Amino acid sequence: MTVRRSKHDRVLVVDDDAALAEMLAIVLEGEDLRTRICNTGDEVMAAFEQFRPDVILLDRMLPGIDGMEVCRQIRAVSGVPIIMLTAKGDTTDIVDGLEVGADDYITKPFRNNELVARVRARLRRTDPLAGRIEFGEIVLDPQAHTVTRDGKPVSLTPLEFDLLACLISAPEQVFSREVLLQKVWGYHHPGDTKLVNVHMTRLRQKIEDDAESPRVIRTVRGVGYQAIAPAAD
Amino acid sequence: MRPLVRLWRRSLRTRVVATTVLLSTAVILIVGFALLRDVAGGLADNRREVAIAEARAGFEQAQSQLDAAVDTERAPQSQALTQLVDSLAATKGEVRSYDLVLHGPLGAAGQAPVRSSGDLDLADVDPDLVKQVGSEQGVFWTFSSLSTVGSPDRTPVVTVGSRVTDPGSHEQYALYYVFSMADQQETLDLVRNALLSGGAVLLIMVGMVAWLVSRQVVDPLRLLRRIAERFAAGNLEQRMHVKGDDDIARLSSSFNQMAESLQSQIRRLENLSMLQQRFVSDVSHELRTPLTTVQMASQVLLEARGDFDPQTARSAELLNAELGRFEALLSDLLDLSRFDAGAATLELDPVDLAEVAKAAAADESLVRAQISATALGVAEPAVVDADIRRVDRMVRNLLANAIRYSQSQTLEISVAQAADRVSLSVRDHGVGMTAEQVRRVFDRFWRGDPARSHGGTGLGLAISREDAALHGGRLEVWSKPGLGTEFILTLPRNVGEQVSGAVMPAEFE
Repeated sequence: MTVRRSKHDRVLVVDDDAALAEMLAIVLEGEDLRTRICNTGDEVMAAFEQFRPDVILLDRMLPGIDGMEVCRQIRAVSGVPIIMLTAKGDTTDIVDGLEVGADDYITKPFRNNELVARVRARLRRTDPLAGRIEFGEIVLDPQAHTVTRDGKPVSLTPLEFDLLACLISAPEQVFSREVLLQKVWGYHHPGDTKLVNVHMTRLRQKIEDDAESPRVIRTVRGVGYQAIAPAAD
Repeated sequence: MRPLVRLWRRSLRTRVVATTVLLSTAVILIVGFALLRDVAGGLADNRREVAIAEARAGFEQAQSQLDAAVDTERAPQSQALTQLVDSLAATKGEVRSYDLVLHGPLGAAGQAPVRSSGDLDLADVDPDLVKQVGSEQGVFWTFSSLSTVGSPDRTPVVTVGSRVTDPGSHEQYALYYVFSMADQQETLDLVRNALLSGGAVLLIMVGMVAWLVSRQVVDPLRLLRRIAERFAAGNLEQRMHVKGDDDIARLSSSFNQMAESLQSQIRRLENLSMLQQRFVSDVSHELRTPLTTVQMASQVLLEARGDFDPQTARSAELLNAELGRFEALLSDLLDLSRFDAGAATLELDPVDLAEVAKAAAADESLVRAQISATALGVAEPAVVDADIRRVDRMVRNLLANAIRYSQSQTLEISVAQAADRVSLSVRDHGVGMTAEQVRRVFDRFWRGDPARSHGGTGLGLAISREDAALHGGRLEVWSKPGLGTEFILTLPRNVGEQVSGAVMPAEFE
């Protein structure tokens, strides 16, 4: 695993609470990251175009366009990693956020090192594969970071790309949600299965004919997920 | 037999119909018997009177014939006696309704000869009557019965007897008229059969009437029961349709009033719960954001404390530590208020308690260096459907509690399982608790020893007990001063099923 760490990694902090936003910026800058702050949802798209962040920290509750809508707008144009800031225990908020495209979430209140670890995990570009993988009708090219299905390109976020790559690089192997969290998200959320479940649903919607009865990635009940080896033909 | 008993106990209609039919049967039987007895008595009396009258006429005729015979012959010849019987038995073109038995001469030595019509014998005459006629003068009668040839039934008869005297020889003869009561018996049989079939038809009709009448009461009751059941199942809109002004209608309208009042109470509680839930969620959000900022700032200060003078550095440390406590307290209070509002929800996954026990025993952030924890009974997976976050929190709370208060050097975490539930026990060998302390150990903000309160919120066990109950499980405690304490968490395999008790026996029972 090669890790690219750059002093020029940029984090866009979107939070309506000016004090928290500033504090977030102070902590991240202390980690040699560049930051830009948006206090309302309306400024985000402009700041995104101009600042080109590598990670976005996005509060769920925003004046103007709310966090969910911002997330949807960014996902329409980019796969940039998005980390939602939520209040602990608001499970539906978390799932809603993940469903509109957030890669990860962090619950308030959090420790500085937890915040930094999550941002770093999203900045870290893993490179687990040397060559391209052909998996049935799906072709995954790690160099170009593209996926095609039946020759047509499939648009995956980097996280979905990593998730798919992890599963199909070891066909038939069952990955528990814990292992997937470790390998794909890059750190350990104890027992946080929502993250895996929601992203697996999104991934299936993009690569399966019928996400309800998946033929590429199977759920092994009570254990985890496995890629089903395509029939040799 | 059992289904019948069940039907009897469960169905009001069955009971009403059965009781009505049984009581009607008794009434019909009593009335029928009385009626039959009266009819039989009347018929027999009638027959007897006619018979006696007819017999008296016969006796007079026999006596006059005998008297007439004296004029012609000295002694009644045996033939003459036979002729007497034949002439008495002869009727004027009618069907003879009697037979005759002539017995005598009485008082002679040996068996006196018997002359009779219709193959009768003296044995066919009631012996009491024979004795009475033999000893006294007069006309006597009795009811008895005759066996008929070729039929098992005996024909009831009325026998009238008297003495006739041969004026020549002065010998006495007993003459018996045996009147058949077959006609009367036939009439009686007819009446009895009519009563029986009438009674049976009556019973069936009474049963049907009872069934129909009970329907008027039972059908609305059954409807009411179904509606009450649906209401209890949470369908609060269910109401009875009130029709008329009778008792059932009044019951229905009372039920509806009760339902109305329950529904409005439930609505109000739901509203309250929703308000509280929203309040909790608002407080959560409003407090968390500034708390997050303050905590982050405090951590920045803490990391830079090497650059501060000792007092400022210590202040930064205290600030950070107490902020941590504040956060824990806030989080616990919000959790409790969710339980109180009924807003706590479970995120279910298969959870292996054996795995949880092993992880807890090995967790260095929990189990400090001078305390050793061993996990027992964790070779087999012990999987339950549970919320991993809550299970993890419960086990951590139990361990933290044991470490904080017990002064025990060793802890044992053990797991035992049954078909329907799994138990996890945390056992310490520390100071233990008195019965009074055990009673209060799950109370909010209660601390066994205020001197060792540092670090905890005083809410951990209260929350853990709520967490266990939310799964349908239990958290129980046993303790003895000086011997230690054991907490046993028992969770059902399928969430929501209530567990009966811990799988393993507690050590201090």
